[in-house]
Amino acid sequence: MAFRKKAATPPPEPPKPRTLFEKIWDGHVVHRQDDGTCVIYVDRHLVHEVTSPQAFEGLRMTGRTVRRPDATVAVADHNTSTLPASAGGVDEESRIQIETLEKNVADFHVPYFGMDDPRRGIVHVIGPEQGLTLPGMTIVCGDSHTSTHGAFGALAFGIGTSEVEHVLATQTLIQKPAKNMRVAVEGSLPIGVTAKDVILAIIGRLGTAGGTGYVIEYAGRAIREMTMEGRMTVCNMSIEAGARAGLIAPDETTFKYLDGRPYSPKGGAWDLALSQWRRLPSDKNAVFDSQLDLIAADIPPMVTWGTSPQDALPITDVVPDPANAPDENRREAWARSLAYMGLTPGTKLVDVPIDRVFIGSCTNGRIEDLRAAAEIARGRKVASGVSAMVVPGSGLVKAEAEKEGLDKIFIEAGFEWRIQGCSMCLAMNADRLEPGQRCASTSNRNFEGRQGRGGRTHLVSPAMAVAAAIRGTLADVRDFQ
Amino acid sequence: MEKFTTLRGVAAPLPMVNVDTDMIIPKQFLKTIKRTGLKEGLFYEMRWTADGQKKDFVLDQPAYQNAKILVAGPNFGCGSSREHAPWALLDFGIRCIISEDFADIFYNNCFKNGILPIKVSKEIIAKLMDDASRGSNAVIEVDLEKQEIKGPDGGTVHFEIDAFRKKCLMEGLDDIGLTLEKKADIDSFEKKQKESQPWLNAAE
Ligand code: SF4
Repeated sequence: MAFRKKAATPPPEPPKPRTLFEKIWDGHVVHRQDDGTCVIYVDRHLVHEVTSPQAFEGLRMTGRTVRRPDATVAVADHNTSTLPASAGGVDEESRIQIETLEKNVADFHVPYFGMDDPRRGIVHVIGPEQGLTLPGMTIVCGDSHTSTHGAFGALAFGIGTSEVEHVLATQTLIQKPAKNMRVAVEGSLPIGVTAKDVILAIIGRLGTAGGTGYVIEYAGRAIREMTMEGRMTVCNMSIEAGARAGLIAPDETTFKYLDGRPYSPKGGAWDLALSQWRRLPSDKNAVFDSQLDLIAADIPPMVTWGTSPQDALPITDVVPDPANAPDENRREAWARSLAYMGLTPGTKLVDVPIDRVFIGSCTNGRIEDLRAAAEIARGRKVASGVSAMVVPGSGLVKAEAEKEGLDKIFIEAGFEWRIQGCSMCLAMNADRLEPGQRCASTSNRNFEGRQGRGGRTHLVSPAMAVAAAIRGTLADVRDFQ
Repeated sequence: MEKFTTLRGVAAPLPMVNVDTDMIIPKQFLKTIKRTGLKEGLFYEMRWTADGQKKDFVLDQPAYQNAKILVAGPNFGCGSSREHAPWALLDFGIRCIISEDFADIFYNNCFKNGILPIKVSKEIIAKLMDDASRGSNAVIEVDLEKQEIKGPDGGTVHFEIDAFRKKCLMEGLDDIGLTLEKKADIDSFEKKQKESQPWLNAAE
């Protein structure tokens, strides 16, 4: 074409292919500074009792109001007791914190799922359950696991309390766009391998800071074949790889889940929404700053052995030796972890005895998780000396499980069946490990002291947690199927 | 928010990797409804044994009791979004943290509280960690305007920082006030969104 005369009007450039993240971001920019700093609009703001009191106090001190109470929802979950109110499981400080939330939502007219509301539950469980989480939205909450909502193709991330106040007052946040990472899990998952194992394997590969500065989009057949519950488990733990948010493109599975939820659009609005949601997935040639590929068939059931979620290994493996650590930093961290965890290098993971089992949290406290756990628990017994509890993620999950008779299966097997809440995921209430106790837990953090001072946490899937409860040691769920 | 211009003070070394916010301030201190008084909980489990005896944590050693700067290992502040972590550090008197890298939410939270988080290379951290190990002689100066850290031996290193965040810190700006100045933009965004995505307003 070198000899051709330049056309007077060049054809318009085709639009630049964009990622799912870029589409949502572009659609929410209220104002852009020359340096790229943006004011981003927030479509949904979830509020809980622990990270909000100082934010409301800030509004009071400056005489500001909540700009969009109708886009805000509050609930108490972190601090609440999992025993009946008559058991009096709430300490004075927690009670004040919950009452403070109740006063704040009343003063600022924020919709609230109260303590006796059957819909009350962990903030990241009830958002999707109610249809408050929708594709293409921006969603924030003063909680790092807000990334959960990314399973719906919503840009969702955790913020600090100052930003909670900022969102309450302005319905926006000041941010710069994140980088894009694509994590593809190709092929179908083997039997006994769940979304939890997939995300533990991904974090094991990326490391706990590998996602810092990124929004991760999960793709590939294994992700597409997951239910919404599984996708939420994957996105939930994005933060454990340091990522700002996790995202999965919305598809028919997403739409089917949302259709008919209380706050989902209805009628003509639903059709209009669908037509826009179908345009959200990343364009074919969209450019990602980074890419990680995994083969689903290579992922076995996983368990963590250390005090960082990146310390994940196949259940068939042994406790690693710091002498084999890849670098000096890691060697020290591994040695410290092993000392804290009371583990000896070379021990088979399936030989590690456990004292406690916790099934619940915003990672694995949804109905499908409880079904998978009950499947393994059915007709079996918790090993003697092990104390095990199941804490549903929300009141509706609890009600559904009871309707299906799952509570009976658990109770007959020797599990405690509790009231919904965060519970021993962060042990802010009375549910906690004693020093030195070892727990197989379906939650998301195995940090030192996370489940109680001196407590030792091994992160696993719900089915793996039940397998551990029954054997009294960490166990391979495939031996139970 | 208190302005940050220059800071001169003792720097304490904390060479651990992945110091998470559960370590910086454990959950039992999150039950407060205030922002102040959190230094009691700072690094609680590293400072106190289970039966209430003081361990010899770096910030309790005489040389570092008045530390204003923390030189920390990589991925500092990972984990939960709790702003109680920077509040507790601030309450102790820490105004500046220097590390190879920080977790995103913690990094962000620092700026909202007048704390300067500085990212520098591994080599510079090694040097500063060494400087910080000199006890009460580990006096470091930070000049935000010039973007410089001056070590105890007088050598200076340059650091990078986002220009807008720098301005906000130096002037002690109130973010919310700044954003409210853009009220007209927010209004018009909302109006457009209401027309194109009416279902977003359905949750009333
Ligand atoms: S279940 Fe755990 S991770 Fe999830 S919101 Fe509650 S405390 Fe946070």
